Amino acid sequence: MNTDVMPPMTTPQSPPPAFPADSYLSAGWSLRSWLLTKDHKRIAILYLLSISAMFVLGAVYAAIIRWNLLVPDGSHMSADAYNKTFTAHGVIMVFFFLIPSIPAVFGNFLIPIMIGARDLAFPRINLLSWYLYVIGAGFTLYALFTGGLDTGWTFYTPYSTVFAQSNVELAAIGIFIAGFSSILTGLNFIVTIHKMRAPGLTWFRLPLFVWAHYATALIQVLGTPVIAITIVLVALERIFHFGFFDPNRGGDPILFQHLFWFYSHPAVYIMILPSMGVISEVISTFSRKRVFGYSFVAMSSLAIAAIGFLVWAHHMFVTGMAVYSAMVFSALTYLVAIPSAIKTFNWTATLYKGSISWDTPMIYVFCFLGLFLIGGLTGLFLGNLGTDVHLTDTYFVVAHFHYIMVGGAIMGYLGALHFWWPKMFGVRYPEAWGRLSAVLVFVGFNLTFFPQFLLGYMGMPRRYHVYPDEFQVLNVLSSAGATVLGFAYLFPAFYLLFSLLKRQPAGDNPWGATGLEWRTSSPPPTENFHEMPVVSGEPYDYSKLGKEAVLV
Amino acid sequence: MSEAVVASSAPAQTRHHAALQHHFVDLQQQQEAASLGMWVFIAQEILFFGGLFAAYAIYRHAYPEAFALGSHHLNRTIGTANTLVLIGSSLTMALAVHAAATGRRQAIVGFLLATVLLGGVFLGVKYFEYAEKIAPCLGDQEHAGCLVPGANFDPHAVHAEGAAGQQAQIFFSLYFGMTGLHALHMIVGIPIILTIAAMAWRGRFTPEYHTPVEMVGLYWHFVDIIWIFLFPLLYLVTGQ
Repeated sequence: MNTDVMPPMTTPQSPPPAFPADSYLSAGWSLRSWLLTKDHKRIAILYLLSISAMFVLGAVYAAIIRWNLLVPDGSHMSADAYNKTFTAHGVIMVFFFLIPSIPAVFGNFLIPIMIGARDLAFPRINLLSWYLYVIGAGFTLYALFTGGLDTGWTFYTPYSTVFAQSNVELAAIGIFIAGFSSILTGLNFIVTIHKMRAPGLTWFRLPLFVWAHYATALIQVLGTPVIAITIVLVALERIFHFGFFDPNRGGDPILFQHLFWFYSHPAVYIMILPSMGVISEVISTFSRKRVFGYSFVAMSSLAIAAIGFLVWAHHMFVTGMAVYSAMVFSALTYLVAIPSAIKTFNWTATLYKGSISWDTPMIYVFCFLGLFLIGGLTGLFLGNLGTDVHLTDTYFVVAHFHYIMVGGAIMGYLGALHFWWPKMFGVRYPEAWGRLSAVLVFVGFNLTFFPQFLLGYMGMPRRYHVYPDEFQVLNVLSSAGATVLGFAYLFPAFYLLFSLLKRQPAGDNPWGATGLEWRTSSPPPTENFHEMPVVSGEPYDYSKLGKEAVLV
Repeated sequence: MSEAVVASSAPAQTRHHAALQHHFVDLQQQQEAASLGMWVFIAQEILFFGGLFAAYAIYRHAYPEAFALGSHHLNRTIGTANTLVLIGSSLTMALAVHAAATGRRQAIVGFLLATVLLGGVFLGVKYFEYAEKIAPCLGDQEHAGCLVPGANFDPHAVHAEGAAGQQAQIFFSLYFGMTGLHALHMIVGIPIILTIAAMAWRGRFTPEYHTPVEMVGLYWHFVDIIWIFLFPLLYLVTGQ
């Protein structure tokens, strides 16, 4: 934009000539200044760009899946191409979008600011983790584009080790490398939260977003290495014919499933816990109230992380495991519902007698609450030993985990994107468009995935590219919903980018929120604060904020 | 949440140290962060090796006989000697960290180089142990005595009949997987130690700032401790 013709009498409403001179965005626009940055905020932007690209790619694969399933006879594509399509969708969305999404973008950007630090503890390791993500994505995309991968995102043995002729090794290398990106992010968060908090910022004054990321980081650090070594074993088996999972050499293919789910079930909590942190921040801001039961919400994050490590075998109830261990895993699975319910009830209680406003981030919170509730409760169907036998490997499972991963994690991601967009870029987005697309996301999502509960209950198996004719109506409904959802995702891409061009200044605290990130300028300076903060009170203390502070 | 005022609680002398990075308040905070970071990294490493230890536990429980037969083909004497070499390298590493804490520059460099030397001896011995098992597997003709799992594996070499001969492959898969991963950690560690020795030679460390020496020491001790577990699990389970 032309900055030379600004009139001398600038009103606060007119666009500023550029980002403030000391903001992190003004620190340089050369490619080098971005690719070699050690500023956690700039690395967060790098992640935002790369993760968005992967999300678009994963969504394209999802669209191809729904296009194929419009017809029952699978005439749109071959079974082989369909296998590769849903594998690509799963691998990209799980490893390269959902797992890094909120921690790597918003955690990276916000945790140092929320705790009053100048940066994460290890800025160079932070940059390294982004490069590992990009290199891992490069390997995996190369594998997907040159021949593809047909194992499903779960890489189950012995199919992946003995029979699959596709690019298993390349994809495995990519996921292995991206795993260390996740580990290093978690390591950075743990150390930063322990050692870098501002004076006066005790553990129980931390924003719940930080608590949620602390719990997430524990899982990243303790869970991810197990899938890393498991992937190494699969590679050793394919390349050198080691026998870890090969029954002909005394190996046990089921051991793979144990090792895989030891990480991949907690990985679900890597996706959902940061989202829960976002919900806590947004719901208190737009209810103008302290989060009800703060310490319970904080501790339930840790409880979810801890119990989440003890439930993995509920993915394996039909593998013929011992009945007593199945009962124990089922009981532990039910136990995870308790901290999840604590959170949901406390958020609902936060709303009670709150002064609620319906801005876009808050609409995403309501989307989250409804969808997470359905996703969580249908999880109990699958944790139950009896009903699980009927529902295993049906579309009921597909619908259930999309209600958690999309209905939970992506609602939190989009809510965070809108809530902190004014902070990250110093601009406001068009609120009406925001609300419209949030509602469309909700409608499109339910239309896509609710029919899949019914399909699964009626017995439609997942991963097949053909299905009986009587399932077509529900499948067409689902594909129609996916179309709505796709458009609803496109809207924010356009109006958020447009808001960067239009530059309507947001102000330092557009939502009238508490929290240290709202006490610094938008976008924040490179050093995060002009004067390093000292904390003297509880978080979410909206009683001190007068009504004039509410600018919305 | 709070009122924002300027924070300055750090002692003045540690706020302007040359090694202090801009985002830390003082050297103590920087040192504590590095130390916690290393411990978290080690926790991650334990889980990384943990997958292999879990596989070991499960398969040893399933096939105790095959594991005993396989273990007979590891040279216990060489293994014991190599364990002593590695413990010796941990000693020299500990002495290097002590030398850094007491500010003896030449002693730091000497002990770090001794650590590298002992680590190199360990890896050299490991090379000959590997070569002995791999050599019969190469070539197109006979593979008698081949102990590398895969198509060329020779079940007769472990004097096992039927299933136990195949199951012994699991033992050797674990042997190569676990010791290989351990050796890889040593191979990564050696250039890091050399880099830090060079930094010490240039006088970069003082009694109040020698965090890198401490951190590489933690790493090296961790790698040694992994071996302390691997040695009995692989070499000493012959069942006698």
